[in-house]
Amino acid sequence: MTIYEFLKQNEQKDLLRFSTAGSVDDGKSTLIGRLLHDSKLIYEDHLAALKSDSIKRGTAGDSYDFALLLDGLKAEREQNITIDVAYRYFSTPKRKFIIADTPGHEHYTRNMATGASTADLAVILIDARKGVITQSKRHSFIMSLLGIRHLVVAINKMDLVNYSEDVYEKIKKDFSEFAAKLDIHDITFIPLSALKGDNVVTPGENMPWYRGRPFLDYLETVHFIGDRNLIDLRFPVQYVLRPHQDFRGYSGTVASGILRRGDEIMILPSGRKSRIKSIVTYDGEQDEAFPPMAVTVTLEDEIDVSRGDMFVHPHNIPDISHTFEAMLIWMSEEPMRPDTPYLFKHTMNTIQGEIKNLRYKVDVNTLHREETKQLSLNEIGRTVITLNRPLLYDDYNRNRATGSFIIIDRLSNITVGAGMIIHRRSNELIVDKKVSGIKSDYIHHHNSTVTLEDRMKRLKQRPVTIWLTGLPKSGKSTIAYALEKRLFDMGYTAHVLDGENLRYGISSDLGFSGNDRSENIRRAAEVAKLCNNLGMITIAAFVSPYEEDRTNARSTIGEDRFLDVYLYAPLDECIKRDTEGLYAKAEKGEILNFSGVSAPYEPPTNPSLMLPTHQISAEECVEKIIGTLKAKKVL
Amino acid sequence: MDSYTFTHLKQLEAESIHIIREVMAEFENPVMLYSIGKDSSVMVRLAQKAFYPGKIPFPLMHVDTSFKFCEMYEFRDNFTKKIDVKLIVHTNIESLNKGMNPFDYGTQKCCAQLKTQALLDAVNEGGFDAAFGGARREEEKSRAKERIYSFRNRYGQWDPKNQRPELWNLYNSRHDKGESIRVFPLSNWTELDVWHYIYLEKIPVVPMYFAKEREMIVREGMLIPLDGPIPLESGEKPQMVMCRFRTLGCYPCTGAVRSHADTVEKIIEELMVVRQSERITRIIDHDADSSMELKKREGYF
Repeated sequence: MTIYEFLKQNEQKDLLRFSTAGSVDDGKSTLIGRLLHDSKLIYEDHLAALKSDSIKRGTAGDSYDFALLLDGLKAEREQNITIDVAYRYFSTPKRKFIIADTPGHEHYTRNMATGASTADLAVILIDARKGVITQSKRHSFIMSLLGIRHLVVAINKMDLVNYSEDVYEKIKKDFSEFAAKLDIHDITFIPLSALKGDNVVTPGENMPWYRGRPFLDYLETVHFIGDRNLIDLRFPVQYVLRPHQDFRGYSGTVASGILRRGDEIMILPSGRKSRIKSIVTYDGEQDEAFPPMAVTVTLEDEIDVSRGDMFVHPHNIPDISHTFEAMLIWMSEEPMRPDTPYLFKHTMNTIQGEIKNLRYKVDVNTLHREETKQLSLNEIGRTVITLNRPLLYDDYNRNRATGSFIIIDRLSNITVGAGMIIHRRSNELIVDKKVSGIKSDYIHHHNSTVTLEDRMKRLKQRPVTIWLTGLPKSGKSTIAYALEKRLFDMGYTAHVLDGENLRYGISSDLGFSGNDRSENIRRAAEVAKLCNNLGMITIAAFVSPYEEDRTNARSTIGEDRFLDVYLYAPLDECIKRDTEGLYAKAEKGEILNFSGVSAPYEPPTNPSLMLPTHQISAEECVEKIIGTLKAKKVL
Repeated sequence: MDSYTFTHLKQLEAESIHIIREVMAEFENPVMLYSIGKDSSVMVRLAQKAFYPGKIPFPLMHVDTSFKFCEMYEFRDNFTKKIDVKLIVHTNIESLNKGMNPFDYGTQKCCAQLKTQALLDAVNEGGFDAAFGGARREEEKSRAKERIYSFRNRYGQWDPKNQRPELWNLYNSRHDKGESIRVFPLSNWTELDVWHYIYLEKIPVVPMYFAKEREMIVREGMLIPLDGPIPLESGEKPQMVMCRFRTLGCYPCTGAVRSHADTVEKIIEELMVVRQSERITRIIDHDADSSMELKKREGYF
């Protein structure tokens, strides 16, 4: 490879940030050291120093004690513990990595949270001899709390259990059962030996039964770019740039969504509107900016804007409130004091406020909730916070940048806590459902004396929801209504549920913000479920661009009643069919967050049926769906 | 559909710009420490980008030991003039007048006086509440744990065990009068990142980074440049060596490496082959176990 080829390759790399948590015993440092060593990233002089230190301490026989390399501070070297977050850097031909390496003990919950706050992925280390222990659960919970979407469970020290597949399978099963309570959907298990090197960089020969990829291979290929929120435009103004009379710009980092030249924007909290005149950077003006770009924006109109204001699209605005709920991690030796003023730094605003109500704290080891009057160091609890000025925020799980804040003590100036905001409408859905499945204690199921079987007998059909997803103009409505007619003619009871009939009624209170869109899909799924319970065949036609929303719909309706049909047509074809000019308007920025133009569409990875609507007619599509329903013995 | 990907260098750049702007917005009187080295060059470019089309709104400050290389002074003066930024030069004159130098007092005492003390004095005298530094976490073990906003008490000292938690990109800038915060916008950059960025952005750097024939003394395997009056040990004779500098410090304490890399591309090529970390040519780091951590506790960068 020439240097120019290398530079080109190096320039194209993306950046994966991951966090690790574990104690010395887990072999975490050994794993990282092994990773750096085997991918030849430890410098010779560091290695020489390491060898002499290792011999001096006699902790690793004649081998390297990688922990010495990683534990940077003197106190840590003396006490053999990692007490703070350390950042490591390495890069392979495919990717650059930043590791936030944190201690695993309960006393360092705050350090784990710190490391996780900037990570895309987390590595949980499990000692194969010990299996899933309290510490593994605690790590996983903290990672899920901090919104990590991808978890790698590294089952280490496989060499000490004779590389046993049974041990691996048992741990995998135990962990999966526990993880069902968490909000992490992408979990990968890798059996390895950091000490011997099996499955770290290369597979090795000791675990032929493992068919997955080695650890490094996985890190190099895991897909995480889609984790960013490109839907909800949030541009917090960081700095008003006024170098001379003729230039007034607003500098900041795009927190989420996509900012385009010509976009109509609303400035919050004032609510005034303007248009983006230009997106200025040192490297020239840009047509658009997306996270995490740091740019300077000028507006068409002279409007008073200051640091802390936020630019958003007028139809997709964040929540605005003095009071909100959040999960807090307390990070100070001094316990949290309710009803005492603290400073809250959120995006570019630092606002005074108080913690009004402590609903419960979570035992990080058992995940049980306990009543409490205060939070002490490293404790996590759900709180209600009231500020002196309203905050512009989103749910943390939807938007890390606008859903997170830190708490600063007014006197000591120390950062004493960190919080993740819970969107109030979705909070009960996310948190409470996991524990009881039902929101309120006052709801009881009454058993109907008319059973679903009775209804099915009368209607002579099995209920099912046919979920049509696809870009706007991919043919969803056409096919939905044709299918409804066809089923009706065949003697079945079927009906269509789509954006039209939902948004005029049951969802008339919803706008088009990201949260509202998800809520609309949630309601659609609930309605479909009710209809299915009445024995009806429901045809749901929604763009439903997000895999996550569709997955939720599937679980609401039930796996065996859910038939997802992906209507595929190339974007050009959809635009051609668009007689209303929706795409043209979206291109011009008149319609915001339009899937396929200004917002992403995530195609289903494995739909029950995919219909290329640009190649086959609507009638053929209907027949194919009917065919599938027959094959599944629904009809 | 465009996947809106962003390369690692662009991400690092954006993160650094965010940090620099945040400091400007939240502090009253920031200053950027300028060491003339490659990392400083990159940091200054990032500051230019952060405030474009405006100029850099804070001064640069060079803490000058007076033992720097001639080429460095020349570069500093031309560079700062060209980008039209205010430059403050601070030297511990008092200590120099008393005859401080690394030859008689050793590198530890010399650094303590001419760098650490000079820096603390300069920050105090200027009334600066934030000082940007170009340090990177990758450089040295104790730096791996330092925050991006590194709080210093009124004596300029760092307490590694009592660092403020730093989450997301929410930096805590709160401090009392007399206290200050050192800010490291390049925390997450590696040496390769810095060089690659210099290559892509065509950032000017001191010519000493590039290989050429230089008059050197070879001492204990290190190449020591004859840029000023260096006392020779018996049997030592200056010789011409094809070499370059991987880091720039004071001439008595900065070694060169044998190299033929005379362009940025060749330096990067060399970097990919050379298996030694960059601070090995800095004499101060090898003074004592944990020497960097000790210096930092006392207020060194």
